Amino acid sequence: MSAYTHQDPRLHGIKTKIRVVPNFPKSGIMFQDITTLLLDPKAFKDTIDLFVERYKGKNISVVAGIEARGFIFGPPIALAIGAKFVPLRKPKKLPGKVISQEYILEYGRDCLEMHVGAVETGDRAIVVDDLIATGGTLCAAMDLLERVGAEVVECACVIELPELKVHTYIYDRVVNV
Amino acid sequence: MQSSSSRLLLCSSKPNSLFGSAVTPTLPSSLRFPPLSLTIPNSTSSSIRLRSLRSSVTEMASQDQDPRIARISSAIRVIPDFPKPGIMFQDITTLLLDTKAFKDTIDLFVERYRDQNISVVAGVEARGFIFGPPIALAIGAKFVPMRKPKKLPGEVISEEYSLEYGTDKIEMHVGAVQPGERALVIDDLIATGGTLCAAIKLLERVEVTVVECACVIELPELKGRERLGDRSLFVLVEAEGA
Repeated sequence: MSAYTHQDPRLHGIKTKIRVVPNFPKSGIMFQDITTLLLDPKAFKDTIDLFVERYKGKNISVVAGIEARGFIFGPPIALAIGAKFVPLRKPKKLPGKVISQEYILEYGRDCLEMHVGAVETGDRAIVVDDLIATGGTLCAAMDLLERVGAEVVECACVIELPELKVHTYIYDRVVNV
Repeated sequence: MQSSSSRLLLCSSKPNSLFGSAVTPTLPSSLRFPPLSLTIPNSTSSSIRLRSLRSSVTEMASQDQDPRIARISSAIRVIPDFPKPGIMFQDITTLLLDTKAFKDTIDLFVERYRDQNISVVAGVEARGFIFGPPIALAIGAKFVPMRKPKKLPGEVISEEYSLEYGTDKIEMHVGAVQPGERALVIDDLIATGGTLCAAIKLLERVEVTVVECACVIELPELKGRERLGDRSLFVLVEAEGA
């Protein structure tokens, strides 16, 4: 489900602010760089507003953001809708007790961690990241939240790369700007 | 209770000596509203800074801690022996779980900076990414991420800095900021000040004025404030680092 198809007038301004950097981090990859969006206060604010308008009043108690660019978009959304912000991090970054979820990369594996006790059974959560590619990281994030009894209402990303294969199950639960 | 004239001295000469004497040694973390160490500017924007200097002297002279600080301070969790033995890690993630305390944290920074003509909020990866953007959005400034090497795509400038053992580097995008812009540097915590110094240098290399560094927490024993020299530092909470 993409908000772009509904043609909110703010979307055009947001889309044009995203910079594409070819061959990063390796040859053949067209990297979608959101840092140029962050340099435009109006476009950045519109981005946050679009998410806030969607999630305000839906009883969302947790905004989980994926390190590191999810840390840029998640907290402003959390603050505006009155939800907790929960950082989901690479291994060994979070101090204290954590739970981990491994996920598959193109070559090898990676791991996402969340603090024990940050999220409770019955919390209604959204997961925020700047971009969804294969969906591997978002799936790991959803697994972490569901393992502690939270309900993942939706995943929210600024950018989707639809040409990469995304499992149908999670695609139904993903919304994009 | 110090008089307002000695507070002026605090602002213009050596902040640390007076700052140190005001800390209550019996508490594990000091919950005082921070003293301000605004430098006397020599730029054309001096009128803006002098105005805030006067108002900050009034705040300091009243010796009142903002009522929001206590809740913010108590929301921060201390984890012993992380990332290694002997280190008392100041964990802000518990602050982020307290919606009122997190909002108050942002509000305290926004109230301080909204009329200071700040056009850039630079946040140091990764926890500076949590506090910087909400501040930037509220004051209408750009947000510029300062990142570990090889994370930012495209052209970057780098600044190396010393660690206890070895060195590290932070990077900023070329063209993110313009000469003459006024910037804040945000991180969750200042320890030795190495990272913040590197961030300041990156900005100053491209002729940006760093108005102030702002952190939620300071570990005064690690003397980060001294390492920043005459650059302004604003913090909400002081804590013991080890």
